[in-house]
Amino acid sequence: MTTQTVTMGKALNLGLHRALADDDKVVLMGEDIGRLGGVYRITDGLQAEFGQRRVMDTPLAESAILGTAIGLAYRGYRPVVEIQFDGFVYPAFDQIVSQVAKMHARTRGLVKLPITIRIPVGGGIGSAEHHSESPEAYFAHTAGLRVVSVSNPQDACTMIRQAIASDDPVVFFEPKRRYHVKGEVDDALDLAAAPPLGAARVARPGTDVTLVTFGGLVQTALDAAAAAEDEGTSIEVIDLRSLSPVDYDTVAASVRSTGRVVIAHEGPREVGIAAEVAQTITERCFHFLEAAPVRVTGHDIPYPPSKLEKHHLPDLDRMLDGVDRVLGRTRVSA
Amino acid sequence: MPETVRLLDENGVRIPSPQWDPLIDDLDEAALADLYEDMVVLRRIDAEATALQRQGEIALWPPVYGQEAAQIASGRALRRDDFVFGSYRETGVAYTRGIDPVEIARVWRGAAASAWNPYEFHMATAQVIIGAQTLHATGYALGIQNDGSDQVAVTYFGDGAMSEGDVSEAMIFAATYGAPVVFFCQNNQFAISEPVTLQSKTPLADRPVGFGIPSVQVDGNDVLAVTAVMRQALQRAREGGGPTYIEAVTYRMGPHTTADDPTRYRDPAELELWGKRDPISRLRTLLETSGLDGPELEARAAAAADRVAAAFRAGVQNMPDPEPMSVFDNVYAEPHHELDRQKNEYARYLEGFAS
Repeated sequence: MTTQTVTMGKALNLGLHRALADDDKVVLMGEDIGRLGGVYRITDGLQAEFGQRRVMDTPLAESAILGTAIGLAYRGYRPVVEIQFDGFVYPAFDQIVSQVAKMHARTRGLVKLPITIRIPVGGGIGSAEHHSESPEAYFAHTAGLRVVSVSNPQDACTMIRQAIASDDPVVFFEPKRRYHVKGEVDDALDLAAAPPLGAARVARPGTDVTLVTFGGLVQTALDAAAAAEDEGTSIEVIDLRSLSPVDYDTVAASVRSTGRVVIAHEGPREVGIAAEVAQTITERCFHFLEAAPVRVTGHDIPYPPSKLEKHHLPDLDRMLDGVDRVLGRTRVSA
Repeated sequence: MPETVRLLDENGVRIPSPQWDPLIDDLDEAALADLYEDMVVLRRIDAEATALQRQGEIALWPPVYGQEAAQIASGRALRRDDFVFGSYRETGVAYTRGIDPVEIARVWRGAAASAWNPYEFHMATAQVIIGAQTLHATGYALGIQNDGSDQVAVTYFGDGAMSEGDVSEAMIFAATYGAPVVFFCQNNQFAISEPVTLQSKTPLADRPVGFGIPSVQVDGNDVLAVTAVMRQALQRAREGGGPTYIEAVTYRMGPHTTADDPTRYRDPAELELWGKRDPISRLRTLLETSGLDGPELEARAAAAADRVAAAFRAGVQNMPDPEPMSVFDNVYAEPHHELDRQKNEYARYLEGFAS
């Protein structure tokens, strides 16, 4: 055990360091990731240690970052690309959706693209336009991609290593607002013994309501559960961790015991992850449900200016409002 | 205006060049006769595929007719372990890599998403998104560079692709890192109906210069010139000199695909003009001038074309349809429990029809 207390950002750095050290086919690519160490310093020090060929500062062209990563993967490399901000991924969307996601099926499994696409995601940091978005659903909708979202330092460290080790392409979301939160991390954890990349996690057990979320909202959900406990409501919090595939078995097991489910995410509501989880849980647990599933999400609006983001992002109170609604208690909203 | 490299004029007369001739010194009559045969076979594959499309055996075919020299000469210039990333209209290049045209037709028949094994032939499967493969080639070239190899990545694309951002981005990345990649643009004058003048106000070969990439324009219907410029580009890349751009000026004599009607947008006079620049008849004239027996040459090539065409036709006609449950195959490299669930659901659904 080499446990240390580090921020989630440092945990990612440790995971990347270990991946680079363990496999010389791992290469990091992105804008400002080398000399600067990334705008969030996630790759800090890695170029100095592993050199410019393993940790590449690229020109500012997201489609080319993905497109050249495909060529490298074609030759047996395992590229890890950093998209600087969530809202900057769209120029690369074509290469991700039309190429990265489809290549394995297109070539009948002959060409593997073990590419990890790291994307700092979400709001709550008072940032500028295009710097606070939650585009998870676009990628979860695309066959051929795996999509994960981390919520804490240990998962960040372990899951980035698992993503890089996976022979499938993985879109790896890192909630920016959690980068600076500290936790215990063992960066040498045996990956085979760790929970698999596609597994959800019961972050807090409870009996009355299942609260499903992921990424930056997991801590908010845990805080909501603690507050609810003071009022006598027991909330089970599930951290999905993986958005494609979703670990419905873990969610369903919880809902069968609580009978009520609230799903929360930052991204817009329509055709969102919460809608999909609600529908699948309804199909699989219909006779266990005491109430219709409730969604607590961002509004169907462009991400607002930062002075207004508190009116867009689900917070503790909105989550508890959702819990009240699924329990049939009337609170503020309908 | 760039100077166009031309070593064999439209009438099949050799144009000596102190600069380029040393690059093709080894092309004796036998080698040229082989290139002639390759081009004849390729034209026949196109004709056979078009017939198969008309007969409903394949859904679509994008002919190479008119571009035989550009594809055969550049393809034959490659080393076995060089790696090609092409578009969907590279039947000739694929032929030079040893790829069976039946495998190409498998895709156009709708029986598979892609054809050959890229690692067996050192050629990526066809790319339909215009220009996307130029980035894949550039990335592959970065890998070559990392590995310290003297292989070269070669990407084929057309004049229409020059308007795609990906192609410009590929040239930027290739230039930045000095990647061993050759950008081989076949300017066949049309992107479906849109003429190259709608894509660019300057010669295409002028553009890479702005990215810092050596660029050459070549008569794409001249097997000798295409061979020479391709060999120079490959040599530069092998020696660490980085990327080269080649604009092979040619003409798409046929439709964009079998679904297209070029009479709606093409001037018949222009077609006639380019017909006189035919790459195959040009080489035949040269070979006859140098003493080869024309009819014998033609008979030998026709026999080869007959053999390939017969095997092609039989391979397409006897191609089985894929198994229904194979729609779920290879979406992921590792197990995906939700897709497995869908697969099981669909299998049960299909079983419902069995009794």
